[in-house]
Amino acid sequence: MNKTDLFQEHINLGAKMVDFGGWNMPINYGSQINEHKTVRSNVGIFDVSHMSIFDLNGSEQLEFLRNLLPNDVAKIRSPNRALYSPLLDESGGIMDDLIVYNLGSHFRIISNCATSSQNHNWFKKHSEGYDVEITFRKDLSIIAVQGPNSLNILKRIGMENLDDLIDFDLKILNSTMVAKTGYTGEEGFEIVVKNSEVQSLWKKLIKAEASPIGLGARDTLRLEAGLNLYGTDMDTSNHPFESNLAWTIDMNDHARNFIGKSSLVRINKESSKELVGIILKEKGILRSNQIITHEGGSGIVLSGTFSPSFGFSIAFARLDKGHNASGKVEIRNKEFNVEIVSLPFIRKGRIMI
Amino acid sequence: MNETPGDLKFLASHEWIKLGDDNVVMVGISDHAQEQLGDVVFIELPGIGDEVISGDEVAVIESVKAASEVYSPFTGEVVEVNDSLEQNPELVNTSPYEDGWFFKLKVSDENLENINSFMNAENYLSRLDNNS
Repeated sequence: MNKTDLFQEHINLGAKMVDFGGWNMPINYGSQINEHKTVRSNVGIFDVSHMSIFDLNGSEQLEFLRNLLPNDVAKIRSPNRALYSPLLDESGGIMDDLIVYNLGSHFRIISNCATSSQNHNWFKKHSEGYDVEITFRKDLSIIAVQGPNSLNILKRIGMENLDDLIDFDLKILNSTMVAKTGYTGEEGFEIVVKNSEVQSLWKKLIKAEASPIGLGARDTLRLEAGLNLYGTDMDTSNHPFESNLAWTIDMNDHARNFIGKSSLVRINKESSKELVGIILKEKGILRSNQIITHEGGSGIVLSGTFSPSFGFSIAFARLDKGHNASGKVEIRNKEFNVEIVSLPFIRKGRIMI
Repeated sequence: MNETPGDLKFLASHEWIKLGDDNVVMVGISDHAQEQLGDVVFIELPGIGDEVISGDEVAVIESVKAASEVYSPFTGEVVEVNDSLEQNPELVNTSPYEDGWFFKLKVSDENLENINSFMNAENYLSRLDNNS
């Protein structure tokens, strides 16, 4: 199994380690619920070095990316900005989701871990005809610093001048990239450093009293924030319109072609299913593959969990259109009433439901 | 890590049992089991007076990770359930062998003979070591 350069730090901190897409990663350091609450109220740090980093090189990076992705990378033509996009196949199915960063010197893509070789091959295949080279950066690690006190903790370890960054901005500090991005719905940063420097950065953050947070809490945090998990909430059998990702499909530049565009324009959005939030306030937990029924049809639960912030269960579901705000779910042969809401549940500490 | 009490018996499915007076058996889940589940968020307990059969699914544990079943180690009658789990399901995590017990069964002499097929603490722990 793969290990990040922080493996020994996790063991020393008493982490429970699990196989996460072929990587031996911390699921929690004691209590997932406490870790979740720490990120919502203070600040936590996550080792997310299992994610895949690709750096581009060459004179036609922008052209290549504008063809590769449905979101338009021309939006981050100026340096120090980042952009979220799904990665689509020719039929408009979602192969992955990722963030593209414009570092000034070049573009960088960070995508999921389980899809790394698929993506690498796909990028190489679609770079043919462009002056672009793609490098898979195994020599870099990522620490996410997330929570309302993330800026303070970074100041405490000497990372100054981050105050003026807005969401999806980034800054280069020597060989380190600090981006104001994350997967928790809180204010926070993701820091990409050399493998050789990651232990020292992690130890500094721990010494400054940042709490280590496992991937278990990362999952409940992102669910509350309405952020999809690739492989659970969407895969190649889903298009962006039924995955709450219509906003990432940028067709403003009519002259621009991108992979999957010709399929997407043929999709009837009116009859598509939609990805919504589900709330169960009674004693039960929503889990993947449970069936939701409503006035206008039915659907299936995707990610579902107990929400530590609310104290009841929340989930995503992909439903037929035509529902109102209520539905039903069957759990262990018992029927429960659920609420159907739009996402997110929480954003930047604010309750949205 | 919670100490494993020596007076308990264990099932391969990670329940523990403790034999009390008058053929009443207390049932809970092991420290190893609660650690695998992660934070427990709620528990569905059997009803008092329920007649259960050995191997029946009698309780459900919902944790942050998944739903898991608790099986009855004996055929018998549910005579008491741990009501405090209703408000404080985390007792299963913090005190799996004491405050986090699930239910008590009244078992006939004949059905109680099953107890000899269960593992003692030492065997249970060494079985865990061999599997990890």
